[in-house]
Amino acid sequence: MRKILKAGVALGALSLLVAAVASGSAEGQAQAKDTLVFATEGEPTFLDPAIVSDGPSLRVADQITEGLVTVKPGTTKIVPDLATSWTGSNGGKRWTFKLRGGVKFHDGTPFNAQAVCANFNRWYNFPAAFQPDSVAYYYYTVFGGYRKPAQGITSDPLFSSCQVVNASTARINLRKPSASFIAALSLPSLSMQSPTALKKYKANAGTLSADGVLRPSGTYATEHPTGTGPYKFKSWKIGDKLVLERNDSYWGKKAKLKQVILRAIPDNAARLQALQSGEIDGYNLVEPQDISTIKRNSSLKIIDRPAFNVGYVTINSAKAPMNKLLVRQAVAHGLDREAVVKSFYGGRAQVATQFMPPQLFGWAKDVKKYPYNPARSRQLLQQAGLTLPVEIEFWYPTDISRGYMPDPQRNFQAFAASLENSGFKVVAKSAPWRPDYVARVQAGNAGHLNLIGWTGDFGDPDNFIGTFFRTPQNTWGPINPKIHAILNAALRETDLEKRTLTYQQANRLIMANLPGVPYVHTKPALAFKKSVRGYVASPIELEPFAPVSK
Amino acid sequence: MLRFVVRRLFLLVPILIGLSLLVFFWIRALPGSPAEALLGERATPDSIAQARDQYGLDDPLYVQYWRYVQTVGSGDLGTSIASHRPITEELRERFPATIELAFSAMLFATLIGVPLGFFAAKRYGGIFDNSSLFLSLIGVSIPIFFLAILLKWLFAVNLGWLPSVGRQDVLIDAGHPTNFYVLDGIVTGNWNAAWDAAKHLILPGIALATIPLAIIARITRASVLDVQNEDYVRTARAKGLAPRTVDRRHVLRNAMLPVTTIIGLQVGLLLSGAILTETVFAFPGLGSWLQMAIENRDYPVLQGGILFVAMVVVVVNLLVDISYGLLNPRVRLAGR
Repeated sequence: MRKILKAGVALGALSLLVAAVASGSAEGQAQAKDTLVFATEGEPTFLDPAIVSDGPSLRVADQITEGLVTVKPGTTKIVPDLATSWTGSNGGKRWTFKLRGGVKFHDGTPFNAQAVCANFNRWYNFPAAFQPDSVAYYYYTVFGGYRKPAQGITSDPLFSSCQVVNASTARINLRKPSASFIAALSLPSLSMQSPTALKKYKANAGTLSADGVLRPSGTYATEHPTGTGPYKFKSWKIGDKLVLERNDSYWGKKAKLKQVILRAIPDNAARLQALQSGEIDGYNLVEPQDISTIKRNSSLKIIDRPAFNVGYVTINSAKAPMNKLLVRQAVAHGLDREAVVKSFYGGRAQVATQFMPPQLFGWAKDVKKYPYNPARSRQLLQQAGLTLPVEIEFWYPTDISRGYMPDPQRNFQAFAASLENSGFKVVAKSAPWRPDYVARVQAGNAGHLNLIGWTGDFGDPDNFIGTFFRTPQNTWGPINPKIHAILNAALRETDLEKRTLTYQQANRLIMANLPGVPYVHTKPALAFKKSVRGYVASPIELEPFAPVSK
Repeated sequence: MLRFVVRRLFLLVPILIGLSLLVFFWIRALPGSPAEALLGERATPDSIAQARDQYGLDDPLYVQYWRYVQTVGSGDLGTSIASHRPITEELRERFPATIELAFSAMLFATLIGVPLGFFAAKRYGGIFDNSSLFLSLIGVSIPIFFLAILLKWLFAVNLGWLPSVGRQDVLIDAGHPTNFYVLDGIVTGNWNAAWDAAKHLILPGIALATIPLAIIARITRASVLDVQNEDYVRTARAKGLAPRTVDRRHVLRNAMLPVTTIIGLQVGLLLSGAILTETVFAFPGLGSWLQMAIENRDYPVLQGGILFVAMVVVVVNLLVDISYGLLNPRVRLAGR
């Protein structure tokens, strides 16, 4: 009895100790009201957006800097930002931007045409260490090349020069016509940064380490990012927090909260528990299995991010009998896309009818559709003169989960079963995503069919169907050359309405020719405390904190 | 004694060379490469080739190893591919975090484990003994991440008593001269910050402490049982010393010898446990750092980090040997 009593006393003392420890001070209660604490999946790499391409870095930059154009919140529609209007001439090779007046960078440097040209010239003149696409990924993707290309950079630059017409007018001259580059200018990586600060803190100095990694030698990218945005940089301690402070002399609508604190919590479960315990106000990348937990909690909420990806089945027309349209149609009718999307995506996805998401301009309502119909498939295969079942090799990746295919093997199994119902005999093949699978798909070396997908970078159809089909690629094998031609024409078209029509036409043509079968667009989710208001999720993850309050 | 230490220090050299070789080749045997990891689905065969070229991944392995030895020799552990920061700089921030965590875990394990083992031995065969044996069995066998999630669910999510992630409340503004957050708070006179940092150590500390605690309790119990029957204890008792004094001066003191060794040997275990604990608690130490590096195929971090951790384990073992000698004169004499 005494022993039990003693143990009880000990246990009581222990819990008293824990309780005492727990009742910490309430410092920062008032501060908490005026601060948003947001958890991201990782630490930023650098705060100079021109040299990064990862989500956590771009999220920070997007609050600090602004581009010539931006997107309407929650959409991919391009709207004016630091430029109030723009016109294309010379067949899409000359672009003139009227700039917003009275705007200053956080360090007091005026924003004007000189500042615009300083930024464009900075990118174009990047030293070799900054050029690889693991560093200046977006500039390289959009503008292709540099004044003095480093070893290994072979593509031609798109940019030719930047002209200061007058203080409030800047002109960008391109070497080739491009209309997609306007949408790309909404990317944080191509946003305007203070020329004074870039120079003062040596933003263009850096070396490649022995491991081939860029090591900036200045402090711009870690301590002094300077833009014109509604928040300015305050401090960053890796492993702890990054603090942004309201820019009280912002030219537009000022930020509602005084402070935004970003903290990196890479573990998914840890992010969820931190939200549940109230240590953070919201977080990015909610796991599909956690959504119902969050919805059940009356003080939390889920915000959907519009779909901006596409999962598809590649059909390699270089491999007989896929060169026949009838067989490709049989594949399309033989894939039970509805069932896969319904069963494996937890209600967070929609069936894709074409190779780009519906939010994007150029998406066509009236593309040819291929409902699941095994009888029709078998009939088409017979029409093509084949004896059933038709043996095909079907590849899927292992060791990977992507937004558009959380579990590739499950998708594969369901598709394989529906194809076997439709007159095919499926030979299953798989490879680890890294390093083999993606390379195999790109080399056209992954069977008749394979599973893969794409997540968009910026709101232009060229970033989807242009990436896939504007030039011939081994992935698909030979496809109708009309598709290449029409996509190249769309890239040169400067009139948005005409571009939209051209891309719609392209989508119809693509789906009639069936180089592959798109099947899913998925919606990622964010989670917040119910008290947080004003957060608008964006398909391309350009989500300003300025309108957020709590 | 000095000769003993010097000899042990010299032994470090072949150990480190062997380790660096092992780590270097083992990492390269892993599937995947940083080039693909960096570029992801946007990788084109061209950009992968370019990245491989840039990182020198196509050079023969011995060339890569020699390059590695040269940079390490110059005190440069390389640059992280993921964060682009020098590894020595990251170590300076992350090592103190892990030390703090490991220290609090060890403190917890010792403060609970030693008395638990001692009283279990004193009540050999009783309820307390049996239940402590049972608890230590659970302690050794419960997966750390499971316990960690459970602790967080109870104390952070439901009761709201303790924080669940990180090293400090983000709303606290504190200076970090040493990167030991508790110490930083004390040094800068910011008691609130010190207290908050200590609170952040409790749950991960407990999670990390369970295995060492169980081991320490068991070793203490066994050792106390042994020592209790020694002649000198019997003599002390026969001399009419108070039972408490016998326990304190003769039993516990001598019983602590093997326990000290065990505490030292737990360091390796603590560092490996830190990988799980730190990940679950988003605690920015060496463990979560290495875990991310594995995911990112961040070769330089893995190489530098593992080499560093291995060195720490070797050095701590050396210190344990030395302290053992100090505690137990018989070991010193044998070394002569």
